[in-house]
Amino acid sequence: MRFSEPFERRFREMATHYPTKRSLLVPTLLYAQDEVGFLGDEVIAEIAERVELTELEVRNVISYYSMLTTKPRGKYNIQVCTNIACLLTGGEEILDHCRMRLGIQEKQTTPDGRFSLEEVECIGACSWAPAVQVNYDFHENLTPEKMDQVLDQYKKKGGESRL
Amino acid sequence: MADLVSHPDEVKVVSKRFGLGAADIDRYIELDGYKAVRKALGMQPDSLITEVKDSGLRGRGGAGFNTGLKWSFVPKQSTKPKYILCNGDESEPGTCKDRLIFEHDPHAVIEGVMIAGIAVGAHIGYIYIRGEYRYLSEIMQRAIGEAYARGFLGKNIFGSGFDFDVYWHGGAGAYEVGEESALMESLEGKRGIPRIRPPFPAVVGLWGGPTVINNAETLASVPPIILGGAEWYAKLGPPKNGGTRLFCLSGHLNRPGVYELPMGYNLKKMIYDVGGGIPKGRALKAVVPGGSSTPLLTRDEIDVPMDFDSLMKAGSMLGSGGVVVVDDSTCMVKFALRIMSFYRHESCGWCIPCREGTDWLQKTLTRFHAGGGVKKDIDNIQYLSENILGRTFCPLGDAAAMPTISIVKKFRKEFEDHLEGKPCPFEKAGLLERLPVMA
Repeated sequence: MRFSEPFERRFREMATHYPTKRSLLVPTLLYAQDEVGFLGDEVIAEIAERVELTELEVRNVISYYSMLTTKPRGKYNIQVCTNIACLLTGGEEILDHCRMRLGIQEKQTTPDGRFSLEEVECIGACSWAPAVQVNYDFHENLTPEKMDQVLDQYKKKGGESRL
Repeated sequence: MADLVSHPDEVKVVSKRFGLGAADIDRYIELDGYKAVRKALGMQPDSLITEVKDSGLRGRGGAGFNTGLKWSFVPKQSTKPKYILCNGDESEPGTCKDRLIFEHDPHAVIEGVMIAGIAVGAHIGYIYIRGEYRYLSEIMQRAIGEAYARGFLGKNIFGSGFDFDVYWHGGAGAYEVGEESALMESLEGKRGIPRIRPPFPAVVGLWGGPTVINNAETLASVPPIILGGAEWYAKLGPPKNGGTRLFCLSGHLNRPGVYELPMGYNLKKMIYDVGGGIPKGRALKAVVPGGSSTPLLTRDEIDVPMDFDSLMKAGSMLGSGGVVVVDDSTCMVKFALRIMSFYRHESCGWCIPCREGTDWLQKTLTRFHAGGGVKKDIDNIQYLSENILGRTFCPLGDAAAMPTISIVKKFRKEFEDHLEGKPCPFEKAGLLERLPVMA
């Protein structure tokens, strides 16, 4: 199994950065997930072979890291922080608003495959709380109204869903 | 947008180049970049270590250990390669400062890593950035590439005969990985389970080799110290607490933001003068002084200098510089619950007191906040927390226990007000009781 050319180039380059192949594992899993959408059996088998680990060892690592998923997700994963700074400034309201607007609970995906929702821990936006990450993009100083604008922005982006 | 703010009391050392485009290497060089490392290449390693030690620079990630002293633990001779590891896994709730360094001054981190390498005899540095900070990882990777292209990294840097490589490494979501030994485990491609200490990383670290692990802000502070001198840096703060640091002000404040202030700056002044005080005419109830792992301070305890030693004397910690301000509309039981939910979620699961303790405490606090608590629960919450302290491989257990103990001790009345099925006095009418969803 091959990934995109940029992925392969990066993988080859990063392999020269460490004395062991195993060190490639965590960043590679995330880059692979970015491309494929989730870490399915084929991807896990491929990466395990490349870093010379068993599939079980790779799955053990996947289960530790909260950004990694073995299940398909929406094209846009809305990650709402409700940790202390966001809690104090309205993060829970943003989460409730997203649930209502999208019609889903945490760790679920909208039927059109566009959005998933996740309640997350501190994302490092405390001074600009409440904050949300959509995939890797930060959206900060939010209100429910601004959150609506953020969701509309991603709705407009359209594109194929991964489902 | 992670906007920049300013205040006249700021003393800009680590944030001097913020907002000036210094992620670009030419701009960085214009702004005194890569001068310190050139100077360091001409210094004796021991003098470098002494300079950093005497500056009073202490770890800005949270533990506050003297940086130069840590460097001095690296053995002079080593059969295994030595490494510098930048801890950019910023995940302590309330903390958002390394983010700004990575965004606005990534070369300062690279330069700090290089100087550390020269000081201890390491030739490889890793800059580990948390997985969620993808745009910052891209900025850092570009900066590293620029440095290589100029011959500032790689073989024979600056024509000095000294080789030094710097590599970016990314995480994938795990607070515990910010703990230095778990950070190494993660970089080695494993679950982030901490190692027992001793041996300490400076002696046995990455792949068994001596490894210096420093927070990103700590490393970014090193070039200014080399250029400006230990004495200058030390004098910016109180004795043994030299320099300035980035404070992340958040919560119920009029002017939240990241401000660079001298060590020892008064907390009350920070909240009211710098942070602009509490909005909506509300009153201060509590402050988290240095990230969620630190014991909370009440409104009567905020007249304290924000440095490592003063806060320790006051029964708390300077920690990561995450100052979270809590007003009197907040339920402290709920606050304790949210904090405990975080630690339970992030516990790596290795040590029984932490794994089982945080789970029990989250369940107890959930039941308690929902009105199902009995009187002995209050003492049990304190007792359970105290029994985690000092009984784990890593400080995450302590981090869960300390704020909890402080909340039970200092806000006991609020716990009592939740007894006998009484509804939480702070919940807005009509809002459904939220249970923490972190599973």
